[in-house]
Amino acid sequence: MTRIDAKFAALKAEGRKAFVAYVMAGDPDYDTSLEIVRGLPGAGVDIIELGLPFTDPMADGPTIQLAGQRALEGGQTLNKTLELARAFREGDDTTPIVMMGYYNPIFSHGVDRFLEDAKAAGIDGLIVVDLPPEEDVELCIPAQKAGLNFIRLATPTTDDRRLPKVLQNTSGFVYYVSITGITGSANAVATDVGPEVARIKASTDLPVIVGFGIKTPEGARTIAEVADGAVVGSAIVDRIEKGESPADVLAFVKGLADGAHAAG
Amino acid sequence: MPDDLINSFMTGPDENGRFGQFGGRFVSETLMPLILDLEAEYEKAKTDQSFWDEMNHLWTHYVGRPSPLYFAERLTERLGGAKIYLKRDELNHTGAHKINNVLGQIILARRMGKTRIIAETGAGQHGVATATVCAKFGLKCIVYMGAHDVERQKPNVFRMKLLGAEVVPVTSGRGTLKDAMNDALRDWVTNVRDTFYCIGTVAGPHPYPAMVRDFQSIIGKEAKEQMMAAEGRLPDTIIAAIGGGSNAMGLFYPFLDDKDVRIIGVEAGGKGVNEKMEHCASLTGGRPGVLHGNRTYLLQDDDGQILEGFSISAGLDYPGIGPEHSWLHDIGRAEYVAITDKEALEAFQLCCETEGIIPALEPSHALAHVTKIAPDLPKDHIICMNMCGRGDKDIFTVARALGWGMDEAD
Repeated sequence: MTRIDAKFAALKAEGRKAFVAYVMAGDPDYDTSLEIVRGLPGAGVDIIELGLPFTDPMADGPTIQLAGQRALEGGQTLNKTLELARAFREGDDTTPIVMMGYYNPIFSHGVDRFLEDAKAAGIDGLIVVDLPPEEDVELCIPAQKAGLNFIRLATPTTDDRRLPKVLQNTSGFVYYVSITGITGSANAVATDVGPEVARIKASTDLPVIVGFGIKTPEGARTIAEVADGAVVGSAIVDRIEKGESPADVLAFVKGLADGAHAAG
Repeated sequence: MPDDLINSFMTGPDENGRFGQFGGRFVSETLMPLILDLEAEYEKAKTDQSFWDEMNHLWTHYVGRPSPLYFAERLTERLGGAKIYLKRDELNHTGAHKINNVLGQIILARRMGKTRIIAETGAGQHGVATATVCAKFGLKCIVYMGAHDVERQKPNVFRMKLLGAEVVPVTSGRGTLKDAMNDALRDWVTNVRDTFYCIGTVAGPHPYPAMVRDFQSIIGKEAKEQMMAAEGRLPDTIIAAIGGGSNAMGLFYPFLDDKDVRIIGVEAGGKGVNEKMEHCASLTGGRPGVLHGNRTYLLQDDDGQILEGFSISAGLDYPGIGPEHSWLHDIGRAEYVAITDKEALEAFQLCCETEGIIPALEPSHALAHVTKIAPDLPKDHIICMNMCGRGDKDIFTVARALGWGMDEAD
């Protein structure tokens, strides 16, 4: 059982929805980023999505792209992202960390070595945007063998015919992408998302978490109402971009978390 | 070369879109159903005579195919060795080989009922070709172009606008061709229902590398027949320039199983491959990685971050290369070399003076390699080089490089 599985079991027992927060590792710099990440559990975050910076984030909007650029310009690398996770783990052994990014830095590091290093750093799961089920042999299967969850994205274009393939090697939870589009763009609409989450849940026992296009506490609440939890990324990263202090960023995060947790 | 292990070099890709370890489908889940649809439609079209009838009709009457195979007599004399033939794809409508592929993809888009076409472009040649064919069929066309390229390729930007296309300057990342491709993918992920992504080279997720190669293979098919008619035999060496590698793949593919034909791809060496990445030679100076939907050789740092290429030619300015080239490189069926900006400029001038042909900077790289090897080859050695584009678009860049002080604004 990974920390992710344990977290969802606990949430289920408490009858609560999950709030997942995304931040880019090393944005705006390593130390500030670590300070923010360390503060996330206290702000009510159930699962941390830690962005792995990449020069060419094809599924992300300008906010996340720029966050990645800031991090890279500040010298952030895959190794330093693992280091950040490790530093967080020293003070928190329960909050799950999901690393989210693109495949090339991982491939460049070497898959086996990466899995060993990620596990040692206290990473619990991976979301790799450009690895669909068709490429499962690359990282998904080895990751599951190494004891890391491989969390798949399901999208509005994932029809019933394709859904089983998407769910097949998924573990931890399913991440439903609420819109066709990039991060930080259109608003997620609960009345559209609800039936889709229900459709996915009919085919899996895994929790279904919804992300993309959730920007406010109220948005987090309405989406969490129709799913097992909500993810917010760009709206948080926006605050970091504006140069808000870690305390202010975390206060904003707390508002979002309260929103998601208010869902019944 | 492992002749005994491989019966044919022309069977790739496999059902997963792989050429050996290269290629594949490294895209987000949102796009996955779309590229599976595209693959199914392309497989259907490939064996549908009516599809090829339409292609052939337009290739003949709209593009002006077949392009001539031309014996470059004065160039041959000047170099004093091998006999040099130029495959004249620069004479195509819109001035480059790009339209061969665009026609195929747009016909396919129409068969799929797509009404909105998006494309990325570097030098603007693929953008112009796409805008052209969209105008011809009355389709909405949006071209993503790096802001930096919009500045240095103004004539092509104006052409696209005349043709009714919307040109979107891309400022994300560094505002270059790879960023334009990122933004085109972002558009596609957003507009999944009505939009067709017309990729300009033999890269991207499967089936693009194979599909674009198939459409461009008309170059090599014609060259083979024309060479048989002119010389009664196949050439000894075929040469083409490579950015993403579509004109080269188009020339090379029909010759892959003619094992006596030497195949040479010429990458953009920029200021020199040994200097700090001031080049675009992915095979000569890169290593395998994953970008834009496929595994291939890429310019990247130790952390797997993608580096910007550098070349005087905007059309070669891409940090990757088509996956089939990566495979041909690794198995040794084709050789890949790099030519610097300076060498390309010299070849550009030589071509103008000796043959009365103003070449694009891209094939000038191939020609520069021809000028290196031809003098030492016997007079009965035949070289066939793909003259994949004409140089009208490049005269301002060349003038600047040669210190002519001509400006586009004049």
